[in-house]
Amino acid sequence: MSKEFSEETQSNFPRHPIEDAVVENPWERLRSFTDARIGLGRAGVSVPTKHLMSFQLAHAKAQDAVHTPLNSDELIKHLEAQAWNPSNTVLKLHSKASDRPEYLQRPDYGRMLDERSVEQLTQYRSNTNEEYDLAFAIVDGLSAFAIEENITPFLSTLVPQLTSQAEPWNIAPLCVVEQGRVAIGDHIGELLNAKCVVVLVGERPGLSSPDSMGLYLTWAPKTGLTDAYRNCISNIRMAGLSYSDASYKTLYLLTEARTKKLSGVNLKDRTGDEVLEHDGGVENFLIS
Amino acid sequence: MSTPSFQFRHTVGEKTFGFRDLKELMAKATPARSGDRLAGVAADNAEERAIAQMTLADVPLKQFLEDLLIPYEDDEITRLIIDEHSKEAFSPISHLTVGGFRDWLLSDLASPAVLKQIRAGVTPEMAAAVSKIMRNQDLILVAKKCHVTTAFRNTIGLPGHLSTRLQPNHPTDDLTGIAASMLDGLLYANGDAVIGINPATDNVAQACRLIKMMGDVIDQYEIPTQSCVLTHVTNTIEAIEQGAPVDLVFQSIGGTQATNDSFGFNLNTLAEAHDAALSLNRGTVGNNVMYFETGQGSSLSANAHHNVDQQTCETRAYAVARKFNPLLVNTVVGFIGPEYLYDGKEIIRAGLEDHFCAKLLGVPMGCDVCYTNHADADQNDMDNLLTLLGVAGCTFIMGIPGSDDIMLNYQTTSFHDALYARRALGLKPAPEFNEWLKKVEIFQNNDHFTLNHQVPDAFHQSLNRLIGRH
Repeated sequence: MSKEFSEETQSNFPRHPIEDAVVENPWERLRSFTDARIGLGRAGVSVPTKHLMSFQLAHAKAQDAVHTPLNSDELIKHLEAQAWNPSNTVLKLHSKASDRPEYLQRPDYGRMLDERSVEQLTQYRSNTNEEYDLAFAIVDGLSAFAIEENITPFLSTLVPQLTSQAEPWNIAPLCVVEQGRVAIGDHIGELLNAKCVVVLVGERPGLSSPDSMGLYLTWAPKTGLTDAYRNCISNIRMAGLSYSDASYKTLYLLTEARTKKLSGVNLKDRTGDEVLEHDGGVENFLIS
Repeated sequence: MSTPSFQFRHTVGEKTFGFRDLKELMAKATPARSGDRLAGVAADNAEERAIAQMTLADVPLKQFLEDLLIPYEDDEITRLIIDEHSKEAFSPISHLTVGGFRDWLLSDLASPAVLKQIRAGVTPEMAAAVSKIMRNQDLILVAKKCHVTTAFRNTIGLPGHLSTRLQPNHPTDDLTGIAASMLDGLLYANGDAVIGINPATDNVAQACRLIKMMGDVIDQYEIPTQSCVLTHVTNTIEAIEQGAPVDLVFQSIGGTQATNDSFGFNLNTLAEAHDAALSLNRGTVGNNVMYFETGQGSSLSANAHHNVDQQTCETRAYAVARKFNPLLVNTVVGFIGPEYLYDGKEIIRAGLEDHFCAKLLGVPMGCDVCYTNHADADQNDMDNLLTLLGVAGCTFIMGIPGSDDIMLNYQTTSFHDALYARRALGLKPAPEFNEWLKKVEIFQNNDHFTLNHQVPDAFHQSLNRLIGRH
C-alpha cells in the first residue's frame, strides 16, 4: 500500500502503530499555519476525546459569555474611580429588552432605551447646559466578558488623548447599558444632544474569541439610523486588535468625523492601507 | 370592535377562528419559530396554530395558483413561479387539498418516478403549505423518495450517497492556511460536492487568486470535484471575463424580489452568470454550474418579506434556484441567529422543512447543519439534524476542520461528522470521487469507510515540502 517514509523524513513523521485506538495525523504540525482545528486525529472516524473536551470547553465559554449578565454596579463603581474619567457620574441605563431570552429574540427592543432610562437621560439633560462633543455608550451586547475585560484598558488609553488635545473633546458622562444592541447608542446620543456617539459593545462570541469588543461610531446620532451611518472597529481584545491600535484608529475616525461632520460609508478608515496581504510570498505547498 | 373580513373561518364548538387571507393562514399554520414572532405574523397561541393547520389542510392546491401571496405585478419571483408552472405536471394532483396532498405524498402512489413527473406542477407555496402540516418523519420519508441528481465533474445526489463541501475558510485568506485545511479535508475523504471558500476579502482580484489556487490543486491531484469562491455573482462574472478558471458560480438568493435587490442582483444577473459559466464548458460529466445558498429569515432581515412567513419566503427562493439548474443548493439553516430560529428544536425543524420543500421542487438541496454561539443549540442538536438529514437523503453537508469556522465564527459539521454519517447510515461519496479516494489510497476499505493509517503517497510529498524541511 502506501510507501514507507524515507529515512530523512522519519524523524518528522512519527509512526503510529495501528493498534492504538487513536490515529494521530502527522499534518497536525500544519497548525502553525492556521488556527483551524486540523490534524485532530481520529478514534475510528470520530474526534478523539482530548479534542472533544477542548471543543466543549470553548463552546461553554462562548455560551457563558452570551448569558452571563454584566455586573454593571461593580463596573460603574470602578469607572467612577478612574482618574481619566472626565465626569464623576456614570449613568446606568437599560434597553427595552427585559431579559436575555427577550433580548435574543427581539433585536428591535435592544435598540431602544426603556422608559425609565429615557426619563433619566431627559432629566439629566435638563439639569445641565453642557455642549457634549462625544458620548460613550458601554453596552453588554452579546458578551459581558468583552466589556468587563476590555473597557478599562481601552478607555484609559483613548480618553486621555481626547481630553488633552488642542481642541479637547467635551465628553458626556459614561453610560453603561444593559441588554443593549449597537443602535441604542443613537438613542442615547440623541437624548444627550451629543455631536457624536461611540458605542463599545460585546461582540457575538466565536469559539476561540468569547471576549471580543466592537466599537461603533456615529456622527450626529439619532434613532432610526442604519449601519450605513456607522463606522466600526472590530475584535478589540488582548489577543486581537490591541488597545493602542484600536485607540489610534478611533482617534483617526473621530478627528475625520469632526472635520467632515459625518460618519459611515462616506468616512473611510485609511489607517489600514499600509497593511500588506498576509501571504508573505509563500507558495501553495500542495502544488509541486 | 370592528369586524375584520375573514377569507377563512373555522368553528370549533362555540368558538370561531378567522384568518384574513391565505398569507395569514400560512403564517399562523407554521410550526413555532422566533422569526415569525419577530415579524408579528405567528399564531397567537398553540390552539390558533393547530386550527390554522386544520384550516390550511382543507385549502385546494388550485387556490395557490389564483390567490398569490405576493402580487404578480410587484415581484419577479411570483411571475417566475406562475409563468413557469406546468398545468400538465400539475394535473395528477390538481384535485387535491393541502391535506390530501400530504396523504398522497406519503402513499405508495407517489413513487420516485411519479414525484419527478409532478415537480413542475408544484409551486413553492404548495410545497410550503403541505410541509406546515407534516411531521418531521413525514418530511424525511417523502424527501427520501424525491431523487435529484446533478453533475459537473462528478455525479451528486444519487440515492445512498452523501456528498460534502470542503470549506477551508481562513480569516485572512492566507494560502498556506487554506491549503492546510484543504489537505486535512481531502485526507478525511471530504470535498466531493465542492471545495468552496468564503473569502475574507470580497473582491474580484481575491476571488481570482483563490479560484486559481483551488483549480491548481484539483488539476495536480486529478480530483473529480469542482471549486467555488463564494463571492458576489457580479464578481464571478468579472472573474470569468478576466479568464479565471471558474467551475461554479455562487450567489445567496432569497424568495422575494426585494430580498434579492438587497443582495444586489436580479434574475437577469443570474441568467448572465449562468451563460458565462456554461460558455467555459469546464464540466466533464455534466454542466450544472450554479451553487446557491439560502436560509430562512433572509427576507425579514432585509425587510423584504411582505408579511409572508419566513419558511414560505425561503421556499420561494427554490423557484429561483431551479430556474438555473444548479449543481448544489445549500440552506445555511442555523447561521442567521436566534431571532429567526431560536434553538436546536427550531433549527432542526427548519432544516428538515427546507430539505423536503427543495427536493419536492426538484432542487439538489444540501444543508449547512450549523449554529451560532448565541443560539440555544449545541453539537448534540447538530448530530440529531445531521442524522435525520442523512436518513432523508440530503444531497450534501459542509465539512470543516473540527466543526469550527474560524473565518465566519460559527460551528458547522466537521470532516469527522461526515465520516460518522457514512458509517452510521452507509452513505457513499459521489461515485467518481469515491473511485479517486480508493485510487489515491485515502480510503483503505470502501465498504467500511476506513481511512488509510499512513499519509498517502501523493500527499506525503507535498507535506514533506512544507514541514519536512523544518
